[in-house]
Amino acid sequence: MNAAVEPSKPAPSIRAENVTVTYSNGHVALKNISFSLKAGTICGLVGVNGSGKSTLFKAIMGFVRPSAGEIRVAGLPVNDALKRNLVAYVPQSEDVDWNFPVLVEDVVMMGRYGHMGFLRIASDADRRKVDEALERVGMTAFRARQIGELSGGQKKRVFLARALAQESPIILLDEPFTGVDVKTETAIVNLLRDLRAQGHLMLVSTHNLGSVPDFCDQVILINRVLLAAGPTAETFTQANLEKAFGGVLRHFRLGGTDLHADDDRRQVTVLTDDERALVFYGTNGDAPRSKKEAGTKSADTTTYTDTADKAS
Amino acid sequence: MSELLIPFEYDYMVKAMWVSGLVGATCAFLSAYLMLKGWSLMGDALAHSIVPGVAGAYLLAIPFAAGAFVAGFLAAIGMWFVRQQSKLREDAVIGIVFTSFFAAGLLLVSINPTAVNVQSIVLGNILGISDEDVVQVVLIAVVSLAVLTLKWKDLMAVFFDETHARTVGLNPTALKVLFFTLLSACTVAALQTVGACLVIAMVVTPGATAYLLTDRFGRLLALSVAIGAATSVLGAYVSYFLDGATGGVIVVLQTLLFLAAFVFAPKHGLLASRRQTASEAITGGSA
Repeated sequence: MNAAVEPSKPAPSIRAENVTVTYSNGHVALKNISFSLKAGTICGLVGVNGSGKSTLFKAIMGFVRPSAGEIRVAGLPVNDALKRNLVAYVPQSEDVDWNFPVLVEDVVMMGRYGHMGFLRIASDADRRKVDEALERVGMTAFRARQIGELSGGQKKRVFLARALAQESPIILLDEPFTGVDVKTETAIVNLLRDLRAQGHLMLVSTHNLGSVPDFCDQVILINRVLLAAGPTAETFTQANLEKAFGGVLRHFRLGGTDLHADDDRRQVTVLTDDERALVFYGTNGDAPRSKKEAGTKSADTTTYTDTADKAS
Repeated sequence: MSELLIPFEYDYMVKAMWVSGLVGATCAFLSAYLMLKGWSLMGDALAHSIVPGVAGAYLLAIPFAAGAFVAGFLAAIGMWFVRQQSKLREDAVIGIVFTSFFAAGLLLVSINPTAVNVQSIVLGNILGISDEDVVQVVLIAVVSLAVLTLKWKDLMAVFFDETHARTVGLNPTALKVLFFTLLSACTVAALQTVGACLVIAMVVTPGATAYLLTDRFGRLLALSVAIGAATSVLGAYVSYFLDGATGGVIVVLQTLLFLAAFVFAPKHGLLASRRQTASEAITGGSA
């Protein structure tokens, strides 16, 4: 399917400049956040609960207005970008009413609304895009199911298909791996990589620290203020993560005689919030290990460990 | 046989049947949305909140519907405001606002007892409806049905996923204001046919019945409207023979249909889920 970013649309980008969001009760949810993301990027948005991840999403979609600073999407003010169908959103599963009387294909068709006329009557092209989107996430066989009858992973894929059908160059994903089996997680990650190759920009909020170095090329760490932002290799460090998560994460450090009898000073550090664990291995543990590196360096440790089976 | 045709010989009965049908269809359309959002009691609240508007309108000798609409709209705004500014739950907010409006209405009527017949507000009076009122009700119903028919998909998108609705360029706030304006207007219309107490049934039961019968929103709307229209026409017709309040008969018919769907619905009915549990027990036992 031709999901490549159409040349007629402006190049995808998200730019936040000194964004501060204050709620009407005086609560400052975000303070002085600045970052800039370009086309062909998967950016992980990482932080503890209540760190302002959802608020940042809301600000990018114009639900909350920054009390200071500005967000520009593809160079446009947020509301203009939304009117031009530039942003797609994949909601958190708990935000969806699964009892709503809609079938899988109806949900995906809603992704096409921005391409339809006043009466939202589907054209042949709209139907074809829906078919293609369902095919691409492997949900064609389930298209006539009511959405509440699906498994956690299938539910997620329906909303991914809706975003694909929408053909927006920018996709925001809110906790796409929560409650999803490992197979679906891999499928989602592969899909996101394909979209990145086609020039899409994706911002993914996640708790799943272990998979971040796997597929995110950029990372933003927040806790009301911006803690760090930049390429994963430089930003997703043990020091920054400890800043972001304080005492919230489980933290194991294995080194020296725990691991081996020689005087190798490298140690294994495991950071986990009970999803997939993040493992650092080295003398000071300042760079995350990716699967590729694990193969080329010493094979005496497994880089990735699933500490807990995730709920399916 | 000819006895069954007697109601058609009276103009007022024919009028009651088609006006009720129109109002029933419009209320049923709205009920499909209200039920999904857990806002079903909104209709009830608005219907009661309208009473002081009606009483005030009679006192001031301005059109009945104008007063009703203003009161309904104020109540809706009031509920929204209290909800925004406090941490009270929706049911408490709705309860507080509509009981205060209703009480104010009853007080107005009791101070000025000859002005309004309370019973005609509470029970409606479709059989005695005046021609000007018919015009008013028909206008409200036809405009509402037209707007809903054109915009049902946009409203569905907003009710299903507001965030997504925004990303495809819809304006959720404007669409919600549109929806509640239509709801207030239709409550006023329904007030004259079935009365304040029974409006709640008109804006809940058809949607709830249809929900048990289908998994697609488009079909749910069609079923709901068909149920609303058919029960209203039939209710008005049957009320001639029973010599009972039209509104009561309409709602009884709707309730009977709901009960039938509750038990016999092919997928979500009581019998169907019994069968399903039973067959699961059998396969579970053999595994």
